[in-house]
Amino acid sequence: MAAKGVVNEHSLVGKNGVSTQHDRNGLRKVQEFCIQNGKIQESRNGSTHHSKEKKRKTVESFEQVPLYTAVMTYLGFYLLMFLGWLNQLLFTPNVAREQNREGYVPLYNRFESFYLRYVYRRVRDCWNIPICSVPGAEVVLKDRITRDYGWTFEFTGTETKCLNLGSYNYLGFAETKGPCAEESAQAIRDFGCAQCSPCQELGTNPLIVELEKLTAEFLGVEDAIVFGMGFGTNALNLPSLLGPGCLVLSDEKNHASLILGLRLSGATIKVFKHNNMKNLEKVLKAAIVKGQPRSRRPWKKILIVVEGIYSMEGSIVKLPEILELKRKYKAYLYVDEAHCIGALGERGRGVVEYFGCNPYDVDILMGTFTKSFGSAGGYIAGSKKLIDYLRINSHAACYASAMSPPVAQQIFTSMSIIMGKDGTMEGLRRIRQLAYNTRYFRERLKKMGVIIYGNQDSPVVPLLVYMFSKIGAVVRTLKQRRIAVVGVGFPATPLMEGRIRICLSAAHTKEQLDAALETFEEIANTLGLRYSQQRRPTDPVLYGVLDKVD
Amino acid sequence: MANTIFTKQYSDNILYNALVPLYHVCLEVFLLLMVLWLIFHQSYNPNETGDLSKEELQALIDEWTPEELVSDVDQNHRALHPRVITSKAQKYISIDNNKCLNLATHNYLNFVGNEIIEKSAIDTIHKYGVGSCGPRGFYGTVDVHLDLENKLAEFMEMEEAVVYSYGFSTIASAIPAYAKRSDVIFVDEKVNFAIQKGLDASRSRLKFFKHNDTNDLESLLLEQAELDKKNPKKANVTRRFLIVEGIYMNTGEICPLPALIELRKKYKLRIFVDESVSFGTLGVTGRGVTEYFDVPKQDVDMIMCSMEWALGTIGGFCVGSSFIVEHQRLSGLGYCFSASLPPLLTVAASKALDIMTKDITIFSDLKDCCELMHSALETINGLKTKSHKHSPVKHLVLSDECVFTIPREEVLYEISNYCIQHGIAVIVPSYLEKVEKFTPTTSIRLTVNNKLSSEEIKQACTVLQEACNALMSH
Repeated sequence: MAAKGVVNEHSLVGKNGVSTQHDRNGLRKVQEFCIQNGKIQESRNGSTHHSKEKKRKTVESFEQVPLYTAVMTYLGFYLLMFLGWLNQLLFTPNVAREQNREGYVPLYNRFESFYLRYVYRRVRDCWNIPICSVPGAEVVLKDRITRDYGWTFEFTGTETKCLNLGSYNYLGFAETKGPCAEESAQAIRDFGCAQCSPCQELGTNPLIVELEKLTAEFLGVEDAIVFGMGFGTNALNLPSLLGPGCLVLSDEKNHASLILGLRLSGATIKVFKHNNMKNLEKVLKAAIVKGQPRSRRPWKKILIVVEGIYSMEGSIVKLPEILELKRKYKAYLYVDEAHCIGALGERGRGVVEYFGCNPYDVDILMGTFTKSFGSAGGYIAGSKKLIDYLRINSHAACYASAMSPPVAQQIFTSMSIIMGKDGTMEGLRRIRQLAYNTRYFRERLKKMGVIIYGNQDSPVVPLLVYMFSKIGAVVRTLKQRRIAVVGVGFPATPLMEGRIRICLSAAHTKEQLDAALETFEEIANTLGLRYSQQRRPTDPVLYGVLDKVD
Repeated sequence: MANTIFTKQYSDNILYNALVPLYHVCLEVFLLLMVLWLIFHQSYNPNETGDLSKEELQALIDEWTPEELVSDVDQNHRALHPRVITSKAQKYISIDNNKCLNLATHNYLNFVGNEIIEKSAIDTIHKYGVGSCGPRGFYGTVDVHLDLENKLAEFMEMEEAVVYSYGFSTIASAIPAYAKRSDVIFVDEKVNFAIQKGLDASRSRLKFFKHNDTNDLESLLLEQAELDKKNPKKANVTRRFLIVEGIYMNTGEICPLPALIELRKKYKLRIFVDESVSFGTLGVTGRGVTEYFDVPKQDVDMIMCSMEWALGTIGGFCVGSSFIVEHQRLSGLGYCFSASLPPLLTVAASKALDIMTKDITIFSDLKDCCELMHSALETINGLKTKSHKHSPVKHLVLSDECVFTIPREEVLYEISNYCIQHGIAVIVPSYLEKVEKFTPTTSIRLTVNNKLSSEEIKQACTVLQEACNALMSH
């Protein structure tokens, strides 16, 4: 399986049944020999997939907000708006003003500026915090202070090392040492930092060819195509797959890149309630029966667009039910696995493996390499026919530049490790560690009495704090206690549901998680986060147990 | 009951106030009944499928057959058999193991393959890893990003810069951050695809003017001014934008910036310039089209640029006054919802900028090479050069007079194949004809870099001439 034009000559054989080949152009490739290690058997080309769907018990919780909290949250917002209005009346804002453009129509709309200046500004220091180290299990933050209530910031020159619960590093591949870093460095020496050409022109190099083959093998489908940006993969490929006369059923909580891609495509979009299969079926039925609006012609095709793990909710899509609906109503399915590829499933193959479904049943599998592979970029995988079509018609393939070689090499190396092709158990170990960390952390938080959303297996843990001011308070307090978390509020989430989002990683050790949980326990008291009104579990939480022992 | 209830024994005032006429009572009862009906009646919802029976519904569902997800494609299409680059894309490039002079990838200042840049990128991997693992708002802002933004703002002599993680997204996100549905955008016909996608995402009214034709633009502006006079209220909330490129990727022409600035001032437009090709290539110190025409930078509202051409890395940036650029940090979709640029590519861009600041001979070398190449290309019989002499991107189209032995659509591809086989890499750029607003004419796109010697340029033209001769019928 040499890439076109690459000649392979075996020059040395390493240990563990892994051989490193050097070809005439100095290109290095790790050949995938099967290792004598029963579990790490990787040879999925053309092998039959287990199509028996596991009946997996979905344990998800989205507890309702207590009434008192809801009222206080709204009151809090009104108070902020009122104070902001007073502030605007009495003081001049310390913002840049437009020069030399008198008589021009104003560029920004007034409510937007008001919200930004008087509500968001108060907690602005919780976002865009600069880091100065690798975003691994621990991260070093650059301290900054504001002397004018959030209008401007200054660096103090000091740095704080914090436990990193904010970066997307699910399998811990954000590393500065080790095989990934070494091979990426070598890729720079072999191919430079960038190709400076769109994919269809001169953007293909052997790394990209191998990476596409490996991605297809990883996912268990026929073919895959990779792009340089995850956001761009959605925004630039959906328009080539859809057009006017097509119907898209999109989940309520879909990501901005999906929404942009769907808008650009010109298809009709209908939104269904988040993860609600009854609502989806109702909308599907009504759509097929009614046809296109006004003309009543039948739809050309219907595409259901969902995500694997929703990053703001922590919920996992109900894949078996959607597949059933899809078969019944002859629709197509697009799954965006940005957060679950590498993080779900026994071997990290994503939500399809998690539910034991057949990857051939999902028409379009999309994902990004930013989260679990410690790199950048995105892919689309599926049947060869689909990928051939995209190679010719995708906006990104035709106009956007090809993926950078070191970035591609990082993905290749990390994917090989996850698949066990490096001859070690490292990949499985990381996947296992992430699963243990996720269950343990979630159970412990539930025991504390805080409200967390999402599936028990999702490494994204949103902790609800509801009030806008609490988001700021929690993030700042945790930073002082050397834990870095992410706060999310309106408009990324509903007005009422401010939350702290924690992203777990295989790089976190149990000790680090225990220390973090102790801190959470303390601030749950001081900041009043125990909103849960359900009965708190009393059995001790064990680390390393994935399913409850009967 | 309808008659007066109180007798005349009470005082006149009370008598007057206590009168309850018949019509009043009837009206109140009627209103009460209306309210009760509104609360309890079944609302008419035209979307209900209540009038069809279950079997009919099932029959409709069974009858419906969707189209195929994707249509069949021609297996011989070029995109399915791409050329594989087996070396670095520097001055010489190996295409399918064929070593060629690289006139096809965009490496104008030869930063790809520069050892200083590569060494600093490798050192960055050992400090920051490869990916940044998060968007800018969530611990994805690395100090190298802030460094690069400061350097870019300083280099371009503007207040602030924003760095994106992909060149295409930079331009496609920057435009819709400012232009909304009720606005109007005046844009050149031959803009590149990224700008077109930005225009689509903004949903504004678009007015295309002929390529580099300021008279056509002025006539469109006059039309708009007429509309404004008729409806001044609407005119006060309609923002007007003018979007052009410094050097057009699709034609290699330079925009007439001074004339455009005059129009901007006269008709109160905001001008955004896409300097992807002109950044680092025009002007004595490489600061782009504003330096080339000696236009003050404050006259341009915002400059957008992809770092994927002159700077030899991945990503893009927008630079302008803080008032304008700061807005993108919360409204630029490609900035807020995407992971940030990997640190190693950011450092590569930083180092490239350092080189650009210190050594300005690279720009004069590039200018000389562009002019030499232009004059050499004009001597080729069979091909016409359609670009500005200072542009590093040259487009060659078939001469009208010449006749070829194969259909005209295929000639340029055959010329490109011949050249690659004979050591000169030139390509025909690919376009999506069905999606482009105004499909550019098929051409050969040649890029110039600043280390070409005159012998190499001569050699390139010789090979191009041979290719043409082989295909021309005499």
